[in-house]
Amino acid sequence: MIEINKVSKWYGDFQVLTDCSTSVAKGEVVVVCGPSGSGKSTLIKCVNGLEPFQSGSISVEGTSVGDAKTDLPKLRAKVGMVFQNFELFPHLSITENLCLAQEKVLGRSHAEAMEKGLKLLDRVGLKAQAAKFPGQLSGGQQQRVAIARALAMDPIAMLFDEPTSALDPEMVNEVLDVMVQLAKEGMTMMCVTHEMGFARKVANRVIFMDRGAIVEDAAKDDFFGQPRSERAQTFLSKILHH
Amino acid sequence: MNLHIDWGILWQESPTGDGPYWQLLLTGLQWTAATALSGWVIALIIGAVVGVVRTAPIRTLALLGDAYVEVFRNIPFLVQLFFWFFVLPEMLPKAAGDWMKQDMPRPEFITAAVGLGLFTAARVAEQVKSGILSLSRGQKNAGLALGLTLPQTYRHVLLPMAFRIVIPPLTSEFMNTFKNSAVALAIGLTELTFQMKQMVEYSNQVIITIFAVTVLYMVMALAVNRLMAWIERKARVPGMIAGGGK
Repeated sequence: MIEINKVSKWYGDFQVLTDCSTSVAKGEVVVVCGPSGSGKSTLIKCVNGLEPFQSGSISVEGTSVGDAKTDLPKLRAKVGMVFQNFELFPHLSITENLCLAQEKVLGRSHAEAMEKGLKLLDRVGLKAQAAKFPGQLSGGQQQRVAIARALAMDPIAMLFDEPTSALDPEMVNEVLDVMVQLAKEGMTMMCVTHEMGFARKVANRVIFMDRGAIVEDAAKDDFFGQPRSERAQTFLSKILHH
Repeated sequence: MNLHIDWGILWQESPTGDGPYWQLLLTGLQWTAATALSGWVIALIIGAVVGVVRTAPIRTLALLGDAYVEVFRNIPFLVQLFFWFFVLPEMLPKAAGDWMKQDMPRPEFITAAVGLGLFTAARVAEQVKSGILSLSRGQKNAGLALGLTLPQTYRHVLLPMAFRIVIPPLTSEFMNTFKNSAVALAIGLTELTFQMKQMVEYSNQVIITIFAVTVLYMVMALAVNRLMAWIERKARVPGMIAGGGK
């Protein structure tokens, strides 16, 4: 469903991505990990065109992302994205956050959007917070709303960009639980995360990136069992230390 | 020192044929308010557009926006007014220039309001731009990632927050339009300061005149201030520290 083929990207002279190739099949859950500054977030933002890239190609369900003729808003509406810092719209109530794009992009009626929004809010366990504003919720609650907001667009795939990195430790699990549930329901997911427990539980494949390149792209059990590259081994030994 | 203060002067007939002096000042007050308010509306509209294009990813537009701000911010308002009033009609095609000089209704008022609007727009644009840039880049990305177009993202995501953030500096700009409108006396608009000069000349009551006009300016400034404080309260976002807490 997502095909990434030899993607390279530079900021001026500095190369942030080098010949990255991988793919995510329908229903697959792929976890992208690696040290900070390795290009994971940049790569995932290239998938829905939030970051431009200079060479290579990315296609989502056959639509080329880098093509100047591609209707990017239309493509993005089909691919949900969850950010590290939640990025709920602070001046809108929770339900307004959930309805905005449904109405403006998909053209749903307000009643229809509300029904969908409340159903999803219930699913992430936050129906009681519907009338509140983002600033009145905890980080974990905000991130669950952000996931619901993305799901409200009926996406064909979901991109997660370090969804739990900005959370207090006690809130990480409430967000991961929602993601695990989503994975089990068969959602196609590409997740940049350091949560190896999550990767072990639901990932089909793990991609390890270092210095802008994909160093390892392996089935979950192979990755955790015996990573081939030394850098992945060092990385794993560091983060699985505890 | 012998201060001759006679409040009764305000009810004396002025020799300008405008009725008593208080009415002279009231006419001035009306023109000042009309000029400042129309100027502010123009400044808000143009300032918002220029502020937005300066942050947008279209280079030529951003450069044009920058040029606008530099030109209108770097030339004294008085010079700008003289330009619009005396120079522009000469530069236009003859028919349009003649129309401006002879047939345009209330030329001093229109020139002052539009000139003040264009001048203040540069300052509003600067505020709007800084408001937009103060938002995290992730907000824009979040809007775009949901499938909103860039204009929709500005309209529904970025601008509502940016305007809330810049309400305090915009309040100052709004108050400035009232004060700056006094410059329009130089092109003959009978606004408050113009009327003040007239009253001083005819009545010789300098102290009372200036005192009365000072009070009128302060009342207008206070009204603007209260209005903006009310808007700020109405626009407060629940749960945000910047908006005054819960």
